[in-house]
Amino acid sequence: MLELLVNNPVVSALLALSGLALVIGLLLGFAQVKFHIEGDPLVEKIDQLLPQTQCGQCGHPGCRPYAEAIAAGEAINKCPPGGETTIQALADLLGREPLPLDAEEGVSSDKKVAYIREDECIGCTKCIQACPVDAIIGAPKVMHTVIIDECTGCDLCVEPCPVDCIDMLTLPSELQSWHWPAPPGPLASPQARLITSDQAGSAKQETQA
Amino acid sequence: MKELLILEKNHFHGGIHPPECKDLSNQQPLQIATLPEEVVLPLGQHHGNLAKPLVKPGDSVKTGQLLASNEQANGACVHASISGEVVAIESRPVPHVSGLSLPAIILRSDGKDEPYPHPGLPCWQEASVEELLPLIQTSGLVGLGGAVFPTHTKLAGALSKGIDTLIINAAECEPYITADDLLMRSRPQALLEGIGILNKLLKPRQLLLGIEDNKPEALQALQQALPGSTVENELQLCVLPTRYPSGGEKQLIQLLTGKEVPSGGLPLDIGILCHNVGTLAALADAVVRGRPLIERIVTLTGKALRHPGNYRVRIGTSVEKLLRQAGLETEQSRRVIVGGPMMGFTLPSTQVPVSKAINCLLLPTADELPLPGPEQPCIRCGRCEEVCPAQLLPQQLYFYAAHQAWNQAEEQQLFDCIECGACAWVCPSEIPLVQYYRYAKGQIQQLNADAEKAEQARLRFEARKERFEQEAKEKEAKRKARAEAAAKVAAAKKNQQQETAEKTPASSAATQDAATAKKLKQLKVAKAAATVAIKKAEKSLGNLQTSADATPEQISEQQQRLAAAKEQLAKTEAKLAAAEEG
Repeated sequence: MLELLVNNPVVSALLALSGLALVIGLLLGFAQVKFHIEGDPLVEKIDQLLPQTQCGQCGHPGCRPYAEAIAAGEAINKCPPGGETTIQALADLLGREPLPLDAEEGVSSDKKVAYIREDECIGCTKCIQACPVDAIIGAPKVMHTVIIDECTGCDLCVEPCPVDCIDMLTLPSELQSWHWPAPPGPLASPQARLITSDQAGSAKQETQA
Repeated sequence: MKELLILEKNHFHGGIHPPECKDLSNQQPLQIATLPEEVVLPLGQHHGNLAKPLVKPGDSVKTGQLLASNEQANGACVHASISGEVVAIESRPVPHVSGLSLPAIILRSDGKDEPYPHPGLPCWQEASVEELLPLIQTSGLVGLGGAVFPTHTKLAGALSKGIDTLIINAAECEPYITADDLLMRSRPQALLEGIGILNKLLKPRQLLLGIEDNKPEALQALQQALPGSTVENELQLCVLPTRYPSGGEKQLIQLLTGKEVPSGGLPLDIGILCHNVGTLAALADAVVRGRPLIERIVTLTGKALRHPGNYRVRIGTSVEKLLRQAGLETEQSRRVIVGGPMMGFTLPSTQVPVSKAINCLLLPTADELPLPGPEQPCIRCGRCEEVCPAQLLPQQLYFYAAHQAWNQAEEQQLFDCIECGACAWVCPSEIPLVQYYRYAKGQIQQLNADAEKAEQARLRFEARKERFEQEAKEKEAKRKARAEAAAKVAAAKKNQQQETAEKTPASSAATQDAATAKKLKQLKVAKAAATVAIKKAEKSLGNLQTSADATPEQISEQQQRLAAAKEQLAKTEAKLAAAEEG
């Protein structure tokens, strides 16, 4: 047997390669069974980047279906609430070209929430049924109201309201949610600066002098 | 009494030594600001949740009366800082760089300043933790060093974890500010009482007080007051070299103990608790004298003030009125800075109250602290890195923040930045570095909050979808159950019908049997009758043949009858045989 292999290098090479292929094939097969992942991990990642407003403006019933559609090849620019940032993040994730936002109307960047004018509400529960995140509470023939903290601002409740008592309002800026603005950047006028620690330059010159 | 410890080594990384300018305000004794006619007490002066008001407009209140309570762990109470009447509870601008408003209680003074009787715990040495902690909570105490973190929350955390070292922060490293200096000079007893209370409460292994060497008078006052106090044998006074920011919590810990607070952690994680001297004096006032936090020492300084100095100011006093009292020269001053020149911010308006967080109001003239020149591009000189007390890479952080590379900024430990401003101080390009970091921190926090909200929305959306699916499934199951029930009923009916159908052929067979039996009987009867008829015919034929007067016609007639009877019998027999066979 050994002699045969030594005398026929082609045969021995074939044997060696097919043996190797068999072993690797078995390993791969085992790995596929052992490390099988339920669902598509890419969909999860895309879903995490989407704003989860569940507004359906992309034409899908919610963010996850759109994530699935993107994973299947749909355009990444159909999410108005996410805006340019989401498109950029999706483009980075998927290695696609960032496209300009595909929205029918111009999109304002400020966050809005639904507000029910409560004395006009007739208690028809239509908005409750429309809300994708269960952010509206109420019961038939009693007043409804929006849980502001849960509202994603998708405005899906505005359309079904028969008495048109739902407004989309911008949240007032509150002290708790206030953040420092961006500095004006190099060569901007110095008056625009806020922080005083950056304004101590002259005292420094005084000591140096 | 322990010997004075003078530290020269054990430095933290970096640090700077800006001009101190402390003699502007520490040459005058502590003054008492005039009682304000009106105070504005914001419900959120502390770090955490807003307090809930307990009074309504029109109520008359006494000095020190509880106005708004806060039961939550992350909150502090608000007390009346003057006696008088509650005028309104409404939104008022707070001393914040944004100029935004918060709900506030507005009091108008009756000029009497009548104190509200709070018992306090004058015999605190015998009091238990269960008595002391609630008292501290209801006294509205917060960290007066600037972070305004509720004291009771901090103490409860320390009590549950247990501490090894209690550090009293008397460094006051920021230029211009002398509030702690004057407090130690004028009220060393109160400070030592406060330390004693915490010592009793927390039972640390060592008590360290860190003070910079630019406050010799304060140090002397402490040394004089120490003998006879409750912490005479425990308290170790440590003199630090003057170097900004040695009063930063993490830097002070490193200076005094040589330990480093882990990145993203708290001093509690390494068994250390830090308290500012102002907080401890307020704690002593609250516990020993039953006086909640209604006033604090504020340094009013800067060359635009005619009478700079330190003032005991009631919380809620208007900044505008306080500055007039200190001799504000309006034409000289261009801005009001809250805090020192390193970490402070410019107030957008002076129509705000003094809150628990304000330790200094700085009014520099244009010559004293002129506005900086325009921001120049970074030349990568690396001086910021040399002075950073948190051992970060300010230049990298600046690039990441400016280009909104939040992930990288976080990886470079942006959140370990204490915003001391040392990097911006040394920057030759006058880049407002700290503002970049604050901006980046805010954006990252916003993004995290948004992500959390998105996650919440996703969960709610999925729960709703699941609920709908469940409902649909239930409906389907019900429909199926109904259909099954209907099918069952139908099947039962069918079965019954079948049964009856099966029964019907059986009875017909029976009737058939009965009919056959009847027929057989009839046939038998007919046979018997036929036999009888034959016998009768044979007999009458025999009679006729034997009698003489019988005519041949009669005989033939009888013979025909017999033949017919025989034929009938044969027929009946055949029928009977057929019926019996069938």
